[in-house]
Amino acid sequence: MVKRFHEKAGKYQKAACAAVSIFVFLCIWQMAVAFTKAGLVLAGPVETLTAFFTAILKPIGTHTIEGHILWSLGRVLVGFAFGSLAGTVLGILMGWFRPVSAFFRPIFELLRPIPPIAWIPLSIVWFGLGEMSKYFLIFYSAFCAVTMNAYSGVRAVDPELMGAARMLGANNRQVFTGIVLPSCVPHIFAGLQIAVGTSWATVVAAEMVRSSEGVGWVIIKGQDSNSTVQILVGIVAIGIVGYILAVAMRAIEARLCRWSVRGK
Amino acid sequence: MSREMIVCKNLEKTFETSRGPVPVIDQVTLQVHENELLVLFGPGQCGKSTMINCMSGLEAATGGTVEVSGKQVEKPGPDRGVVYQRMALFPWLTVMGNVEYGPKVRGIPKKERRERAQHYIDLVGLKGFENSYPNQLSGGMQQRVGIARAYCNEPDVLFMDEPFGHLDAQTRYLMQEDLMKIWEKEKRTVVFVTNNIEEAIYLADRIVVMTNCPTRIKKEYVIDLPRPRNYVDKEFLRLRGEISAVVDKAL
Repeated sequence: MVKRFHEKAGKYQKAACAAVSIFVFLCIWQMAVAFTKAGLVLAGPVETLTAFFTAILKPIGTHTIEGHILWSLGRVLVGFAFGSLAGTVLGILMGWFRPVSAFFRPIFELLRPIPPIAWIPLSIVWFGLGEMSKYFLIFYSAFCAVTMNAYSGVRAVDPELMGAARMLGANNRQVFTGIVLPSCVPHIFAGLQIAVGTSWATVVAAEMVRSSEGVGWVIIKGQDSNSTVQILVGIVAIGIVGYILAVAMRAIEARLCRWSVRGK
Repeated sequence: MSREMIVCKNLEKTFETSRGPVPVIDQVTLQVHENELLVLFGPGQCGKSTMINCMSGLEAATGGTVEVSGKQVEKPGPDRGVVYQRMALFPWLTVMGNVEYGPKVRGIPKKERRERAQHYIDLVGLKGFENSYPNQLSGGMQQRVGIARAYCNEPDVLFMDEPFGHLDAQTRYLMQEDLMKIWEKEKRTVVFVTNNIEEAIYLADRIVVMTNCPTRIKKEYVIDLPRPRNYVDKEFLRLRGEISAVVDKAL
């Protein structure tokens, strides 16, 4: 009970600290805009947040801000879902069957350092200006992150646990489904965390290059019309959604991997 | 004379390493009787764990044979149970999930295996913790799960590889006491590895003292002190002195 209480107090304290630090940041921003020349090239926080909340009701272009967010999220969802599914499957196959990893690993080592956005021009050449090229880019960014993590997850399975399962009578298939798969779940989640972040970054970049809706489009249109307010509205939306995605992933992980963190 | 459950003949194990072959077990011949608690006692790093791994089938011997209840041991199998020094519990399964794992993979129907698992969970004193995950339990409780899991598969023989080696001294005494109670209630053939002389004399029907690596049998002691044994009993202390003097010093 006592411990619970302290944990709760810690939580409120943390929230209070966060609120204070954000408030101070906004104050400095506001003062910089109001009293220095920064005001010429930067909208203030009051103006930005007003514009942001206005955009919830009043569309920017053809969509409200939440409409743009949903467009971007939809693109991420499609690419991320297929990319992480394919990545999980390939990564596990690479980990379990040596010839598969012998073939694919060198390719991944070469692809890994290339940022997804480097593929934007080619993806437009290959898949056109529509949705497909964006799906492809997000698929690619999720796929690489998840594959390598799933692979290292399988490689990191404790051989003693596999031995224990065999001793208890498990056959190869049962060792794979009962030991290897569950023990690489935390690794796969580490990959999914990274994948969500890079997917979200990639969709914004792809939309800035070519699109007619989405948060990246909001920013690039702001640039075209010299509206720092609109650029900042887009940036605020990206920040908020990115944060929510990360928190949601952590919550799902905490739920699914209860066993891998120290319990109550 | 009771049945021989484990028969090792000229058991040999040599590891091939980059610096050449390293012999670990040298021509060990050994029998374990039915329902006997045999302790393999020797200095640290002498090859006792390798003995257990070869006898249980986790590792292949490089020479000689091992038979468990008349069948040659070649690979891991559920007729042999192992309790590990590092517990080796499945962290994503609950206590119940761990204990019933063996019967489950062998296709025993849910109702039957649940009942059986519950029986052994109760036996090791973990009633009420069925739905806890291993990381929510203390070290001693985790090893109780390990013991219940090995028992629940109802193997012919049990191998225990320094199962209390990672526990603090207080818990270790308690676990030795409880292991005795469990074993007296449900007798099994047990091979128990330790480098702790007190633990060896407290538990054993017979102690086999092993030499330094490559390990051989140095001497055997039949311990017929009445149970439960007393760590400061005169005869206990005499044996302790005698065996301690015989065992090689670890480096």
